[in-house]
Amino acid sequence: MLEAIPNNVNLSDDPKLQRALLRWQPQFKEWWLDMGPDGFQKDEIYLRTAVSVEPGGWAHWDTVKLPDYRFGIFLAGPRKLEEIYFGDNIGRKLWTQVPGEFRKELRRLIVTQGDTEPASVEQQRQLGKTAPSLIDLRALFQVNAEEARHLWAMVYLLHSHFGSDGRAEAEELLQRRSGHPDHPRILQAFNKPIRDWLAFFCFTTFTDRDGKFQLASLAESSFDPLARTTNFMLTEEAFHMATGEKGVGRVIERTAQLMRAGTDPAAVGAIPLGVIQKYINEWSSATFDLFGAEDSSNAATFFAAGLKGRFQEGSDKRYADHVALEGAYEAEVYEGGHWTRKEIPKRRAMNAYLLDAYEDECRRVVGKWNKVLERYDIGETLTLPSLRFNRKVGIYSDQPYDAHGQPITRAALDAEIERLLPNPDDYALVERCMVPVYAPGKVANWIAPPDKGVGGKPADFAYVRFH
Amino acid sequence: MTSAILAQPAAGQSGAVIETQTHPGQYRHWKLRCEGPVAHLIMDVREDAGLHPGYELRLNSYDLGVDIELADAVTRLRFEHPEVSVVVLTSGKDNVFCAGANIFMLRQASHPFKVNFCKYTNETRLAMEEATRESGQYYLAALNGVCSGGGYELALACQEIHLIDDRSSAVSLPEAPYLGVLPGTGGLTRVVDKRHVRRDLADVFATLAEGVKGQRAKEWKLVDAVHPKSQWSAAIARRAQELVKPGRPQRGIALEPLDKRREADRIDYSHVTLSVDRAARTARLELRGPHTAAPLPAEPAQAGSRWYPLALFRELDDALVELRLNFETIGVLTLHAQGDLDKVLAVDELLARHRHDWFVREVLLLMRRTLKRLDLTARSVFALVEPGSCFGGFLCEPALAADRIYMIDDPHQPTALALSPLNNGSFPMGNGLARLAQRFLDDPARVAALQLDTRPRFSPQEALAAGLVTAAPDSLDWDDELRIAVEERASLSPDALTGMEANLRFAGPETMETKIFGRLSAWQNWIFQRPNATGERGALSLYGEPASPEFDPRRT
Repeated sequence: MLEAIPNNVNLSDDPKLQRALLRWQPQFKEWWLDMGPDGFQKDEIYLRTAVSVEPGGWAHWDTVKLPDYRFGIFLAGPRKLEEIYFGDNIGRKLWTQVPGEFRKELRRLIVTQGDTEPASVEQQRQLGKTAPSLIDLRALFQVNAEEARHLWAMVYLLHSHFGSDGRAEAEELLQRRSGHPDHPRILQAFNKPIRDWLAFFCFTTFTDRDGKFQLASLAESSFDPLARTTNFMLTEEAFHMATGEKGVGRVIERTAQLMRAGTDPAAVGAIPLGVIQKYINEWSSATFDLFGAEDSSNAATFFAAGLKGRFQEGSDKRYADHVALEGAYEAEVYEGGHWTRKEIPKRRAMNAYLLDAYEDECRRVVGKWNKVLERYDIGETLTLPSLRFNRKVGIYSDQPYDAHGQPITRAALDAEIERLLPNPDDYALVERCMVPVYAPGKVANWIAPPDKGVGGKPADFAYVRFH
Repeated sequence: MTSAILAQPAAGQSGAVIETQTHPGQYRHWKLRCEGPVAHLIMDVREDAGLHPGYELRLNSYDLGVDIELADAVTRLRFEHPEVSVVVLTSGKDNVFCAGANIFMLRQASHPFKVNFCKYTNETRLAMEEATRESGQYYLAALNGVCSGGGYELALACQEIHLIDDRSSAVSLPEAPYLGVLPGTGGLTRVVDKRHVRRDLADVFATLAEGVKGQRAKEWKLVDAVHPKSQWSAAIARRAQELVKPGRPQRGIALEPLDKRREADRIDYSHVTLSVDRAARTARLELRGPHTAAPLPAEPAQAGSRWYPLALFRELDDALVELRLNFETIGVLTLHAQGDLDKVLAVDELLARHRHDWFVREVLLLMRRTLKRLDLTARSVFALVEPGSCFGGFLCEPALAADRIYMIDDPHQPTALALSPLNNGSFPMGNGLARLAQRFLDDPARVAALQLDTRPRFSPQEALAAGLVTAAPDSLDWDDELRIAVEERASLSPDALTGMEANLRFAGPETMETKIFGRLSAWQNWIFQRPNATGERGALSLYGEPASPEFDPRRT
């Protein structure tokens, strides 16, 4: 049963891993059937499977059924360096085993990251029923399968390095369920369903991008197996973000086309630009919270121990100082009626640094979307809300701010909120747009067609064959 | 951040290794004179023979070196001189019995050394009391001069205290008024718990720096008898003769020097090896099983000090003292027993069968004291039951003293752990409970259910089900689980672990013994850390200096 698992971790010679997987794999299969995409189990889907870490090995294209998808276990190749390069342990050899001293921190990082992977599959399991095209339906299943594979990657770490406790944790990753009243997923953002495709594209743009930044910071880890595992996951994560970014771009394009033609998008089953902006506000601000408090002692511990670096910590161009004991992160917060400068010691501000890098990238994405709008010359732009907007976590959560980051009273914000975040009418409107289009080469009316196909196939290829 | 401390050489103060073994021919501070049933243990401390430089042992004040000799004498009296039934403890100096622990030594000692010094001296005091109670060697303190602080604590450890009445010699516990610390060798506890001195008188006594003399000392029950100087020697001799008990064994055995070889990071004994990894802050203590389980001679004592269980536990005891004194930074001790379980159980059977013989009884008592020493060792102890291990009966007891027991569950290399009747009462802890009974404090029936009479053996799964082991990882998990458990343990705060382990190890009733160690660990060590004692202006720091102490007046 284990022979079919693509891997580069020497599974056939690792009795410890074999034993763990023999028990876990059947449970995973059960979960994938129960909690993976609802329906479509008999259909043939053109999917990419990672079969090796060689160039191109991450993308072996084939037609498979979802239950037969081959989930693999891969580590990126060895890193060029052998020594720890940030935190308190600089200069020591990278750890190939879990240091007992940091067992609890590593376990927490891996379990928290691992929990988000199956969670997103659960959140997205109904979306196939309203896919706007076959190429989008394929993309959804690709994202789902790869997120599930990312669960395997984290489980591999638990199985290989955390003994019986790791095996128990790996099982609990399958037992928690998104939105379950008794055993929900760990992070709150992963407990609400993604009910429409605009939400899916926003999720893959913004929330998967948080995943990218978290994985990137773990890819700096001094615990080498974690760094190499997450490094490989980043390749796939990039595709997920592209799915979202292009998806939202196509929605914007369709809306712009209609506006340019003088048609009210809402009147023809498409999505008004204002609703798109509200979705951007909702998903970006919810994702800001996923980075955790700007001032965090956990983040300081992770950095000091060398378990989690900043974004591209290894690049000396980005950071001259890899110890980060001196200096502070500065932020402007509005407190007691005036702006004050808040200084957070660098190490405690690691979440804030990561969030800033994330925000930069999100701004570039929104910039690309505005290029689409420019092409249609309709005099409208989209914006990324301020980091201070709609925060439930961190230094901006005590005082309400508007989307520009200006302080506002709670009452004023409540009055504005309908304009800033999707309301029930907006959701209903988007939901009305969600009609499935399963004919090859056709797309729903609310979204522009993709500019090209994937996997060497044309845009009108039958990416999903129904049975 | 800890590297500076880890780089320091072993041991308390000067960096020199403390030698833990001695014998009467080497004593510098004591004379042991045996005259038939009466032994005289005479304290005559050499001023210039302190363990470390920087202080002089004036007025029969003592340091650890003095107490190591005392502990040796107390043990030797039991094995080498079983004919002795009265031990007269007195001083070889005029007008002074003992001025207590040397203050200048204490002042310059590191905190861990102070704690281990106090702990060791308490263990010696308790061994004296145990000798009186269990071995019929009655300790009589003959205070022929001033007796203060630790000197009086030494007297309190004797069964009977006689004080010379020369109008100047007093007994006193002046630690609080002079030094801002406590009489840490069970002084206060024994005054009220053992001698039953009325609490208000004890309160006056413990704050009266000059102490209490003559008849008043007797009235307050601080001493049992006072004698004028002119009649002193005769009175003590007469009382000693009154206390002599007939029917004692007449021939003891020589406690031969331990077979002990020291290298930088290990000590090898004939049946024990202690090896340390200073960087990892771990130590491995390996106990080896017997080569044979030959029957004892008709006169068991003829087996001598090389008899396996005696040799093993003397070595274990020494290894524990070494660990405490010479390897301060080691945090986690893994305990291993390698050998033939059948032979261990055969020896166990010999111990049980001959337990009423005086020699075997002394061996069992020495085991008991050693195991208590293990209970009181402030290191995390994990016992590892591995292939080829022989934790059984008396040799299972060290594992039962451990904080955790890990047992490998490997069908290809079966391991077993065994118990015997000795595990249920022959080695009580300081709180009076057998370790098994304490393990199952919730349900005493569980001990009975183990059917110890059958010397039962337990497979890993049986041991797990019986609650004897903490975890039974299989061979695939073993290395990782153990490595992580040990590394993680070693990374925790040494102070928090010391406190945590002491809290968890001594469930059940309180005894004078547990009170002494509990109060030493909590109160005395708290006071030792406080500025009022050891701060720049603290009383201990300024003792004997021209400046007066300044106290932080806030009471907690």
